[in-house]
Formats: sequence, C-alpha cells, structure tokens
Amino acid sequence: MASGSVDITYRGVFQKILAGNIVKTLVKASRHSGKIGGTISRYSDSPERNGIPAKQFAVIAESQDELHVEMAKYEPDNIRLIAALDDTLAKGHESWAWYGIRPIHLGLREGGALLVVSEHERAKLLEFIPRLPFEWRLAILPGEKSFSGLWVYHDDGTEFRVLGAIARLIPEVVGLEELEKEVGKGPKAEQHLDWLRQGYREVQVGTVPAGVGAPNTYEPVKLPEWTEMAEAIIVPAAPRGGRQEAFKKFTTRSERPVIDFDVCTQCKQCFVECPDSVFELTPEGYYNPEYEACCGCGICAEVCPVDDCIVMVDELAFADNRDLYEEWKADRAAYRQFFQGLLERERVTARSSRRKVSA
Amino acid sequence: MAMTEVSRRFAQHEELITGTEAVAQALRLADVDVMAGYPIRPYDSVMSSVAKMIANGQMDADFIVAESEHSQFEIVKHASATGARVFVGSSGVGWMYAMEAIVVTAALRLPVVALVGNRALDDPGAFGVEHNDALMVRDSGWLLYWVAEGQEALDATLLAYRVAEDARVSLPCALSMDGAFLTHSQHLVLVPEKDLVEAFLPPYDLKKRRFHPDNPISIAPQYNEDWVMETRKQSDAAMRRARGVIAEAYAELKRLTGRGDPDPFVETYRVEDADYVLIGMGTVAMPIKVAVDQLREEGKRVGFLRIKWFRPFPDEELRRLLHGRKGVGVVDRDYSYGSTRHGGAVYNEVRSALYDLEDRPPVIGFIAGLGGREVSVDDVFQIEAKLEQAAAGDLGAESAHWIGVRGPVE
Ligand code: SF4
Ligand code: SF4
Repeated sequence: MASGSVDITYRGVFQKILAGNIVKTLVKASRHSGKIGGTISRYSDSPERNGIPAKQFAVIAESQDELHVEMAKYEPDNIRLIAALDDTLAKGHESWAWYGIRPIHLGLREGGALLVVSEHERAKLLEFIPRLPFEWRLAILPGEKSFSGLWVYHDDGTEFRVLGAIARLIPEVVGLEELEKEVGKGPKAEQHLDWLRQGYREVQVGTVPAGVGAPNTYEPVKLPEWTEMAEAIIVPAAPRGGRQEAFKKFTTRSERPVIDFDVCTQCKQCFVECPDSVFELTPEGYYNPEYEACCGCGICAEVCPVDDCIVMVDELAFADNRDLYEEWKADRAAYRQFFQGLLERERVTARSSRRKVSA
Repeated sequence: MAMTEVSRRFAQHEELITGTEAVAQALRLADVDVMAGYPIRPYDSVMSSVAKMIANGQMDADFIVAESEHSQFEIVKHASATGARVFVGSSGVGWMYAMEAIVVTAALRLPVVALVGNRALDDPGAFGVEHNDALMVRDSGWLLYWVAEGQEALDATLLAYRVAEDARVSLPCALSMDGAFLTHSQHLVLVPEKDLVEAFLPPYDLKKRRFHPDNPISIAPQYNEDWVMETRKQSDAAMRRARGVIAEAYAELKRLTGRGDPDPFVETYRVEDADYVLIGMGTVAMPIKVAVDQLREEGKRVGFLRIKWFRPFPDEELRRLLHGRKGVGVVDRDYSYGSTRHGGAVYNEVRSALYDLEDRPPVIGFIAGLGGREVSVDDVFQIEAKLEQAAAGDLGAESAHWIGVRGPVE
C-alpha cells in the first residue's frame, strides 16, 4: 500500500479523452483498496491546442492531508510514474512560451518509472531521453500511438493496456486486482479486461542506470522579479520578419514534413497553406521549412500536388532541426539516398497513397 | 467537510467529478428550468456538463446560449421573474461585462443562482483564480458563498436555491469556485438521489411577485428620490433575515445528507484552543489545513477558519471565535489597491468585525495566490511565522504582507 501520483503526458486534443479516462480509472480503482484520490487536469493546458504537450494527473492518497497537499497544485510533486502516450514526447515538451523544452521525465524520482507507448526499442528512446543522476525504470508498452480527435474516441485498447502496464510498474499504488474490479464494472468489460491483462503482460521493463541517456541540457527557467519586469503588461513581440524566440513549436509534432526538392515544382501551395508560416523562400525559388517553427500538422503534405514530394516522417528519425534544403543543395545524390532511405525504413505518411509504412 | 456519515433514509452514490460537474449534478437534482450560458474559462465547464445531461435525457431544462454575458444574465433575470428556477454564471471579466444586469437582479430581489468560476480580472489575459471578480458585487445585495471542495460544490448549490428562493430572503446568490483547483480537478463526491432534494428544496414560488398575465404587475418602474431609500432598506432587511434562513436551511441539509460543519457560516479547523488563527476563503483551505496539522505536531497552537458566506458576513461567528487570540492572519486571494493597510477585502472586513471586541486580537493581512499562484504548505508556514512576529510587534503590522511574489515585499 502506498500513495503517489501518476502523470499522463499526451498530445493536446488528440489524446485528451484517452488521458482523462486513464487518470479517472486509476483513482476509481484505488478506491477498491480504501484509498482516496482526485485528478488534476493541468490548468495552463486549457483550452488544449492540437498536439501541444499536455498533462493530466491521478493523485492517490491514504489520508486527507496527503490528498490536500497535492490537490492544491497544478502539477503534483509525488510522481511515481510518468506515462508518455506518444513516444515522440521522449524528445521533451514545450507547452508554453518562456519555459523552454522540458525533459519527458522531469519530476521523476529515484526508482520511478517512465512508461512509453512505442514501436521503438529502448536504445532508440534513450537516444533522446536525457540521463539522470540516479537509477530509474524505462518501460515500453509495444504499440502504435493512439490518436483521436476531441469529439471522437477510439476504443482501441490503448487505454486499458496502459492501465495494465501501470499496475505492473507501481502495484503498491494501484494493483491489477483493483483495476480488474473497476474495469470489470464498465461496458464491454470482457474485451477491456483482456486488454488490461495484455498490457500488464506485454510491458517491457528495464532499469536505466544513473548517467545513461542523452546529454541533459535542461536548465529550469529563471523568471524575473516584479521590479525587473516591464511595467504595464508588455512583452517583446517577434521582430519584423523574424520568429518568436520565446516559443518554438516543434515539440508539438509527432511527424515532420520532409521534401524531395528534386521533384518540387515550386508551386508555392505549401507556403500558402502552412498555418504557421514555416516556409522560407530560398534564392533558388524553393520553399524551405524552418523546422523549429513547424508543428507537424501535415497540411503541407496534404496540399502538395506532387506525389511523394512532401512526406511526413516519424519525428524520432531525427536528432535535430537541421536545414535539409542546404543538404540537398550541397549534395543532391546523397540527399536522394537519404530521402529514399526514409521512404523505405521510416514510418512515413505520404499524400500519394495515404499509405503508412512501418519499418 | 466530513463526507463519511450518510443519512440512512436517502441513498447517495460516490462519483469522481470536477467541482463544476458537481454543480451540474445539483442543477439536475434541483430540476432547474432555465439555464443561460456564455463560455468563459473556468466557469464554462458547467455549461458542457449541463448540456450533456440534457442531451442524454437526464435533465429537462431550457438551455439558452446567449450572445454575451450581459444578455445571459438578463435572460435568467427575466425567466426568474416569471417563476422559473434559473442558473447562470461567468468568470473574471465576463462577470464584469454582465455587471449592469447583475446589479439589477439583486435590486429586483430575484433569486437567481450563479456560479463564479473565480478568475483573475484582465489584463493580463490570465485565468488563474483571484477573488476580485465575485467580490465586485459585495455591496450590491447578492448572497456570496465560497466553496472549497467538490462535495461542497454540490451541497452549496442546493443550499443556495433554498436560501435565495425563501420568501424572507428573495435575493440572488453567487457561488464562488476557484479556477483550476475546483473547476478542473476531480474530487470524490457523494451524489444524492432526487428524493433527498425534493425533501430539502420546496418549489420556487414568487406568489404575488410572479410576472404573468394572470397576475398583472409592472416590474422596475422609474422611481424618484421619495422612493429609492425605502427599497434599499427592504433589501437591507432581507439580507439581515438571510442569516436565520441560512442557519435553518443548513441544519436541514446536514440532517438529510449526514454531513456538514458545526457552523453554517464558517468552517473551523482546530480553532478551539488555538493561539493563532488563519483565515481564508476557497481552496486555500487545503494547504492551510495540512500546515496546521504539521504545526500542531511541532506543538504550535494554530487553527484555521474558513469563511463560507461572505455575504451575509459572519460577524458574530468571528467575534465569538476570535476574541482573545494572540493573532489572526487573513489570507486574501484578492487585492484592494490603496485600501486600509493595503490589505485585501477579506482582511478589512475581518478587522472591522473585530473592532468592538474588548480583547481583540492583532489582525495581520496576507496577500497570496494571486492569478492562481499555488499557495504551498511552505507558504503557510511562512505566513504563520510572520503572523507570530507581527502579533508580537516584531514585524510591521501596518501593511499587508505579500507571500510568494518574486521580488522585494516589505
Ligand atoms: S507540417 Fe507543414 S503545414 Fe504544418 S506547420 Fe509544418 S510546415 Fe507548416
Ligand atoms: S507544395 Fe510541393 S511542389 Fe509545391 S512548392 Fe511546396 S513542396 Fe514544392
């Protein structure tokens, strides 16, 4: 028996209902062992914006005081487990201006668990997840990320598989038996119980020793004192012709557009339709995305009239936001190889066939 | 609020719901006739909860989405005059935009029940909790209640209808709920069945004041100076009578639900033998109660008093509970620039209420949690330490202390 909080980190709007169902079921399940609890929907994420990282929490407690301490917060502190419902969140998340990109496991304590729904291997995820000064647990629930919209919900099993995985990782906070009792009460109980147990069985757990992982470059932001802030509610705007430095948008995306400049006809559609004005006109007349500003909405790939010209590629195929147009210009043959490689090896969605190719 | 003992006569079942969903449940149980809405965070989550219940056939009410906050309050004012039980609400500057309709509702003595999802006033475009929005009507004849937990959100909504609609009162009632901590967090709430509410809440009946073709009356004519002061006195008398009606209704609600505080107007937490008492409204109760427990373990005699009803203000209770204490610290989640001692609205009311006491305690003001800033248990330790110092004369008592602001505070 123990208390603690569970942090569900997810893609705003697309996974809102999924995250909400998970935290609610966790608290209700914990009632079967006499615990009390509540949920927190991180207030500053509301109203949610498409894809922008958001959080909901289940707070599970054994006493009113334990509950009250955490429920008076936006983000509880006693995090036992963080679940990332989209593995590209492993690259970190920037939810608002001024705070920079935060590591996915921010707030995790020694021995705590990070659960990621992913089709990738542990080594791949650790290319992106920063190292910590203590040992922690990385768990992978094999599977595709589940995306629904705001008004629809895919009952595709992810909800229950994640719950099962959580029970495996922190049984002292909420166990499989309590979850079975709770899920067994609901509609489609048999199918949901199957998924729950499947998640419990299939989750792959390993420890990550101190110091293993990507370099940790995160620095908590230092906010100014009231005497240092500009008076009368003024903040700098983006410079003319420039971009807002205080909020880049790229941790919003699960996929990024990659362009085959060899077949691009310079028709300008992508430039016109991109809602975030991501494309810069090159001296040669091409439209080159500034990846730091791209939220990965995929509209450019949808409107591009040329088959397989703009393809959306799994974000985890890239380590950084490097300028691909410059690479194409420098060495077209090498770029051709790179682009073909993406089509063959990576998870790609393309306008031409609406196909989805998995490696 | 204790939520354990349940009245044997009435079934209640537990749900995990947000404070606004708890209000929506109460609206269903109270069989509200007309609801007007205009979306603004954080109040608006009650709109979607009610809309869902109507769509699911669980509730039968006219839900009117207005084109502005002002119209929204006008709609329910008129509906209320015709004898409909109504619900409305807003937050922050939305509440301010409706202000003209809000003040006339009180003047016309129409028992509208409103939810204020407390939100900082613009600018900046913030949506964290501050109590200045609801406090703007503190002089206008609205009954004002501050909720602290999900269960209380449901119970207080039922209470509000009974008190507001009582013929001895007939005043509108606004329920304040802190943005985020109540509106966007789910709490465990016992939801009663309809039979409990039917036993508690009589039908709304305006009798001779009902605006109806069978009862020809004209509402809100123009008055000259020969008439106005008497209507003001009528409202004053109604607000004075509200105290007794609240006490009566609260005792009944407690009896039926099997839960509630000993006192209808304030919640007291380990106050009995306390040397120092902290005062606050809303969800700040959570960290303060935890801090009180921890300070008690260190042998400090500290207690907490939560003001539930701000209008009518609990003068008598404060005098009875606070006389002779070594110090009283008022935590305001609001500001009143340039006021006495630069304190908040609650501080100044409390200090004024205690003035007549022979053995009045020093009252120290604290401004905390503005714009939704978290008030942590450590913040409360800091408040308690400053209270002790100030009460002993070791720290300036002339000016309210800001807690949790970045930068110089004294
Ligand atoms: S995916 Fe394309 S359209 Fe969407 S933001 Fe990025 S560049 Fe613009
Ligand atoms: S829409 Fe496609 S073809 Fe047209 S300019 Fe953009 S990348 Fe080139």
